Amino acid sequence: MISIYLDKESWLHRLPAGVKLLVVAVVSIVLFQLDSVWVFLGGLAGVFALYASLGKDGLARLSVIRGLLMFFGIVLVLHWLSGTFFEGIVVVMRLTILFLAANLISITTRMDDMMEALMPLFKPLQWFGVQPRRFALGVTLVLRFAPHLMQIFAILREAYQARTGSRNSWRLLAPFAIHALRMSDNVAEALKARGGSAGLSR
Amino acid sequence: MADRSLVHIAFYAALIAALGLVPPVAIPWVAGVPITAQSLGVMLAGVMLGPVRGALAVLLFLFLVGIGAPYIVLAGGRSGMGVFASPSVGFLIGFPVGAFVAGWVMQSTKDMNVLVSSAIAAAIGGILVVYALGIPGVAMMTDLSLAAAAVGSAVYIPGDLIKVAITAIIAQTVARGLPSAILSRS
Repeated sequence: MISIYLDKESWLHRLPAGVKLLVVAVVSIVLFQLDSVWVFLGGLAGVFALYASLGKDGLARLSVIRGLLMFFGIVLVLHWLSGTFFEGIVVVMRLTILFLAANLISITTRMDDMMEALMPLFKPLQWFGVQPRRFALGVTLVLRFAPHLMQIFAILREAYQARTGSRNSWRLLAPFAIHALRMSDNVAEALKARGGSAGLSR
Repeated sequence: MADRSLVHIAFYAALIAALGLVPPVAIPWVAGVPITAQSLGVMLAGVMLGPVRGALAVLLFLFLVGIGAPYIVLAGGRSGMGVFASPSVGFLIGFPVGAFVAGWVMQSTKDMNVLVSSAIAAAIGGILVVYALGIPGVAMMTDLSLAAAAVGSAVYIPGDLIKVAITAIIAQTVARGLPSAILSRS
C-alpha cells in the first residue's frame, strides 16, 4: 500500500474535509470525558458501521488497528500491574474508537483536499517567514525527495553487497548522508538557477 | 528565508520519512524490542540544520504524515490522521521540540568537537526532550500513572542511545567530507 487513501465514491468521500476533521475533533474531546463501557461499545459498533458503509475494501481497512495491538497489550499489562485492569479495558476501547475515527478521515479524503483544510493551522509559520507558496514548494520537494532517497540507499546497498556479501550495515549511513546531501545541494542550485521559488509559475 | 533553506528543510523531512521505511532491527539484549531508524532522522535534522530549520523539517514531515502523503509514513507504515489519535502522539509532539533543542545545543557548543557536541545535542534533544513530552502523552492517552508510562516507554531508550551514537558518527563524517552541510554551525 503506497497511500492510505481509498479511491472510491461514498457519502463519506463527498463530505468536506473540514467537516470530517471537526466532527472527529469534537468526538475525541467527548470520548475523553466518558468512561462508560456501554457507550464505548456503541461507539465501536458505530465506527465499524462507518467502515462497513464503505463496502468490502472499507471493512478491510479496519486491519490498521493491528499496528496498535502490541501497544494495547502493554497498556493492559501495565494497568493490570497497577490494579486497574478494568480501566485498562476502557482505555483500549476509547483509543480504538479514537484511532479508527481519525483514520477514517484519511481513508476518505484526498491528499490535496486535506492539505487545503489543514492550511489555516499552519498560518503561524508565516511568523518564521514561511509563505504559503514556499510551503507548497516544500511539500512538493519532500514528495519527490522521499522515493529518491530510498533509491540512493538501495544503490549504495547493492554496491556494498557486491563488495562484502552482507546485505546491510550501519557503515552505509555516512556515505548515504553525504550522497544525499550533495543531491540536495544540486537541487538547491538548480532551483536558484531557475530564479528561485519566486520565479516559479503558479 | 532563502530557497536553499527550503530545500534543506524538505530534504530532512524526506530523510525522516525514508528512515521510517528502513526495516526495524530487534535488539536481542533488550527482549527484542524493535528499534526503528525514524527518530535518527529527527536527531539528524536538529543536529545538522540547527534549531528553527530542524524543527520546521520535522513539522513538514508530520504534516505530510497527517494528510496521508504517499511514502511519507511513520515507522511501521502508519500514516494519516490516525497517528495523531494514537497513544504515541506525545512523542510526535516531542519530535519537533526535540529537533529544536538538539539544534540549539549544537549551535551553542560550536567550539566543541563535532562528535562530542552532536552526541550531547542528540541525547538532550532526541531523548530527554522527546521523552519528557512523550511519557506524559502516553499517560494522558492511557490513564496510566506517569511512572507506569515511563516504564512502558523506557524499553526504547537503549535503541535511542544507539541512534545518538550513529548521529554523532554521521555528523563527524559529514563534517569531514562535506563541512558546508553542517548548517547548524555555519
